Amino acid sequence: MSGYQPLQPWSWLLAPMLVSLFATIIIATPVRFLGLALPEPVFPMTLAFAWAVIRPSILGPFLLLVSGVFLDLFWHGELGLWAFCLVTVYGLSLLVRNLMVGQSVRVLWTWYGGFTLLAFTIVFLFTASEAKAMPNLMNTAWQALVTILLFPFARRLIDTFEDADVRFR
Amino acid sequence: MSFRDGPLQDLKIPLAWTATVATIVAGVASLALLLDDQRAAAKTPQDRPQPVRSQFDEAMGPVSSLFAAPLRWAGSAGDYLKDYFNAVDENRRLKAEMASLLQYREKAFALKNINSRYEALLKLRTEPEAPMVSARVVDDVRGSFNHARLIDAGTDQGVKIGNPVLSEHGVIGRVVGVSKTVSRVMLLTDVTSRTAVLVNSTNARAILAGDGGDAPKLSYLRGKDPVKVGDVILTSGDGGLYPRGLPVGVADQDMFHQWRVRLYSDRSSIDYVRVMLFVDFSQLVDEAALNTRSAPPVTAAEKAQVEAAVAARTVSPRPGSADVPTPAPKTPAAKPAAAQKPAPVKPAPAPSVAQPPGPGR
Repeated sequence: MSGYQPLQPWSWLLAPMLVSLFATIIIATPVRFLGLALPEPVFPMTLAFAWAVIRPSILGPFLLLVSGVFLDLFWHGELGLWAFCLVTVYGLSLLVRNLMVGQSVRVLWTWYGGFTLLAFTIVFLFTASEAKAMPNLMNTAWQALVTILLFPFARRLIDTFEDADVRFR
Repeated sequence: MSFRDGPLQDLKIPLAWTATVATIVAGVASLALLLDDQRAAAKTPQDRPQPVRSQFDEAMGPVSSLFAAPLRWAGSAGDYLKDYFNAVDENRRLKAEMASLLQYREKAFALKNINSRYEALLKLRTEPEAPMVSARVVDDVRGSFNHARLIDAGTDQGVKIGNPVLSEHGVIGRVVGVSKTVSRVMLLTDVTSRTAVLVNSTNARAILAGDGGDAPKLSYLRGKDPVKVGDVILTSGDGGLYPRGLPVGVADQDMFHQWRVRLYSDRSSIDYVRVMLFVDFSQLVDEAALNTRSAPPVTAAEKAQVEAAVAARTVSPRPGSADVPTPAPKTPAAKPAAAQKPAPVKPAPAPSVAQPPGPGR
């Protein structure tokens, strides 16, 4: 891919993180379009996947921890739950990184979808055990689907930075 | 010279390992946060805000409000245009609606009059009107599990944890977190929300349980046919979180024949809300004070009477008893106060010696 950028922490870690948190705030505005409320995808999920595919990083998991804590506080959920899920997705992506690097977009999307479903399953089971009630499956599936549809953003981040560090190509 | 250009440029394994260690550390930290949050939630009383969440909400209030403003203006502009072009149709519809409602208005006045007379005759203790605070919604969380809203009214406006929150159509939830200027409202659709409700037509009680979807479930319905499609659901007031009779929604069945409630508050976007500064009896009661077993202070006359009764029992054994106790030597401390100095006679009944202490009021 042409036009790759060098790996500076600001450009591949901090800036995308801020953009994803900004998008989370924007999507939470109490506005309806055509009478329908906007879905609420988990934007940092794209980072958890893309960062692991681009290159192992020391700062990455901690930034995901911060992003997850922000989501938990912003969404008024259990503090640490989404943080744990994001770090888990990052760790698993890192684990199978050698299987994903160089694969086609379709394969990467499948991996990303699998990890997203895993994260939503963890949150679903934890919430069900805490609330002593089954959360709405259709709504959970809808939110997971919307998050999976965010893969092009992860793909763009990967394309921009995957050639920046030749040691991990 | 950067790390990548130096002699360690081919050192790949350490970075992979350190990244793995960092991931494990971050995972452990998130688990610790999760456990600590649960412990803190269990220890903090429900009517007290959690400090971290309150400070976060306080900080996010202006930020969310700032980001929401342009979209709100755009929405208002759209509503203005829609109203402008639909004015004639809307006017006709409202005229017809007003004509049909006028007959109910007269009936309502008459029923209100009769109802107040019955209440006076039966000496019913009715709930006083609760004051309201208006607020604007600044963010709207509507994910898979948590449904909450941040509103721009807090303790400065008198809002407390537990206050019911209403839109123009009906109940939307209750306050679960407060700071000085903003409050967090948990909606009826939140997966942890449980609300005591009743079916208006049958007076059947149920629990409205949110599951993250748009229509919360009606649980714990009892009796034969307690509800049918279209029944109006109101808050029952049981448990004291909500006053009785607030409109919630209409009963409906989903494809699995599970009873659900189509919320009135879901009819339009919720941008402005009213917080009902409602304080129920159960919220007024101080449980700690109820559990404190403190008796009122003993007066000098009561003390003298008790001591005289104890002394009388001690010096007058049953006649003919083999184990007659030896009378205790009279010490100055054991001497009845009445014998030392005649106390004014109190007409009140003498308390029993083994009287248990009463509640601390």
